[in-house]
Amino acid sequence: MSILVNKKTRVVVQGLTGKEGSFHARQSIEYGTNVVAGVTPGKGGGLWEEKVPLFDTVKDAVRETGANASLIFVPPPFAADAILEAAGAGIEVVVCITEGLPARDEARVKAVLDASNTRLIGPNCPGIITPGECKMGIMPGYIHKKGRVGVISRSGTLTYEAVWQLTECGLGESTCIGIGGDPVPGTSHKEALKLFNADPETEGVVLIGEIGGTSEEEAARYIKSRMKKPVVAFIAGQTAPPGRRMGHAGAIIAGGKGTAAEKMAALTAAGVRVVKSPVEIGAAMMEMLK
Amino acid sequence: MKVHEYQAKEILERFGVCVPKGRVATTPDEAGSIAKELGGRIVVKAQIHAGGRGKGTFVDGFKGGVKLVNGPDEARETAAKMLGNVLVTHQTGPSGKQVQKVYVTEASSIAKEYYLGIVLDRAKGCNVIMSSTEGGVEIEKVAAETPEKILKTWVAPLSGLQAYQAREIAFGLGFKGDAFKECVKLVTALYRAHEETDATLTEINPLILTEDGHVVALDAKINFDDNAMYRHPELTPLRDFSEEDPLETEASKFDLNYIRLDGSIGCMVNGAGLAMATMDVIKLEGGEPANFLDVGGGATTERVKNAFRILLSDKNVKAVLINIFGGIVRCDVIAEGVIAAAKEIGVSLPVVVRLQGTNVDKGRQMLQASGLKFKVADNLKQAAAMAVASVE
Repeated sequence: MSILVNKKTRVVVQGLTGKEGSFHARQSIEYGTNVVAGVTPGKGGGLWEEKVPLFDTVKDAVRETGANASLIFVPPPFAADAILEAAGAGIEVVVCITEGLPARDEARVKAVLDASNTRLIGPNCPGIITPGECKMGIMPGYIHKKGRVGVISRSGTLTYEAVWQLTECGLGESTCIGIGGDPVPGTSHKEALKLFNADPETEGVVLIGEIGGTSEEEAARYIKSRMKKPVVAFIAGQTAPPGRRMGHAGAIIAGGKGTAAEKMAALTAAGVRVVKSPVEIGAAMMEMLK
Repeated sequence: MKVHEYQAKEILERFGVCVPKGRVATTPDEAGSIAKELGGRIVVKAQIHAGGRGKGTFVDGFKGGVKLVNGPDEARETAAKMLGNVLVTHQTGPSGKQVQKVYVTEASSIAKEYYLGIVLDRAKGCNVIMSSTEGGVEIEKVAAETPEKILKTWVAPLSGLQAYQAREIAFGLGFKGDAFKECVKLVTALYRAHEETDATLTEINPLILTEDGHVVALDAKINFDDNAMYRHPELTPLRDFSEEDPLETEASKFDLNYIRLDGSIGCMVNGAGLAMATMDVIKLEGGEPANFLDVGGGATTERVKNAFRILLSDKNVKAVLINIFGGIVRCDVIAEGVIAAAKEIGVSLPVVVRLQGTNVDKGRQMLQASGLKFKVADNLKQAAAMAVASVE
């Protein structure tokens, strides 16, 4: 088992014919992901690289191919619309890679999706991968290995670091979710934890957070009351100055809130093994799962 | 993006928020003539992107970045003392900020001060309006000491601010009669301004009730969402580059995410999360990072070259740590880029490189065989330790 995506997932790529979309769809297909359709308004009826049928709308793609997950690569001004189109077509899992959505758009999208059956992952994220089964995103496939640990992260390359360690030490990963670095993510740490908590094949969870917001504190409250599995956490930005946006739109200590120290304290109090250095993530999980 | 008080007030006024009459001046004479036009008692306010101006001190000892004066002559003299001078407040850091503009406004007679602010509540995914009868002090202080004195009103993103919510705020602040109506109007206008300009923070502190019974925004602060600037061409000219670190401005021209810090180890990393984590590891190893720098996922020769130039123009940098996780892009391609960039720029400082990912061995060999004095590390901890050792 795994969470959200597996070998049965039928993926439609929104923005498939663009530069980013094409490149990463090719990588995903090579990895073994079942990409059944592409959507580019105006290009419906054609074939992408002579194999993937193109549609004008997500609705058409769902009707013709039975797509049940969408991977979005469209530029920021059109990304919110693309997410809502996927939700409107009844897609269950929507992964939005696009970085740079206005926060106002994200808040509106979230309000719509909260009242639907669609789960959004991202925006501004590396995507989601269930090793050996389905890669929906821009992460390098080869660093992953099917295994026992769930990974939840707000970051991209930092997630790869953690995954690499889990793979190297032989634990492997059940599913890795990049929830994204924006202020209003579609899926929070807590929601991802819930899914891993219920997944019989996930034995432990690595949680990677960073400065800004209160997603990690919210996760800590959930872990304290409900989590049945060991959690190892790392919070990036222990040395970040307040009031400065550290790359990600959501990585900012504002009004004295959202510091790494607060998050580390909340997680530690919830029984989480919090490591100070990202190089210790794999070893800490090994110890927890002994 | 941050803007000055006078710019924030111009925007808010357009949406119907009542602000004191005033104009911005860049010379003492201009300040004098604006004061003459306005008549009566005048306030001269230093315009910098930082709070705490009133309690701030200029580096020459002149006290206060907000001054009440009598008439045009005093306004001119005060502006002369402020313009070109450097103001230090609790938000500017010890080096302070140079004042290039002053805002000259009519003075208001204050009966009572309030706080009114709008910010995104990230946990709830919607805006929250915070209002308080404790105006004129920092809202963080109020939140920490007397949280019950802050009224929070959450606004649903799809339906927007409702009339009853604006009334709740005005009642909550204790307004009555005509002042109540003015407050409802102001809250409604303020929310509309916040939404329509894609602001991430809109703050009126203080909002005041004047002695003759009007509700006025005495100060104003707006931050805009950088991600939404593409749909606000009207806001782009408001950016004041003189308020920014020139190196950071330079970096942004090349799409590099760079933030200058105080340490001696320059960092070049792909990915924001990993860049922060790299700074953390440097600190754990006993060093101090000189910057945050995300070169982006690709880490191409061109980007690495620009990144080197920016890192090396910070004179505090004594060593450079490059940490790249080669995901989609192979490590040998990255190594090639780093070598080419270092050769072209002519880097003389110690450079520690840590690569991880596809073809990592080949990448490391290339770095070692390059003839340049790269120190190649096996892992991040070792890389940080090597960088720290090389600056000691």
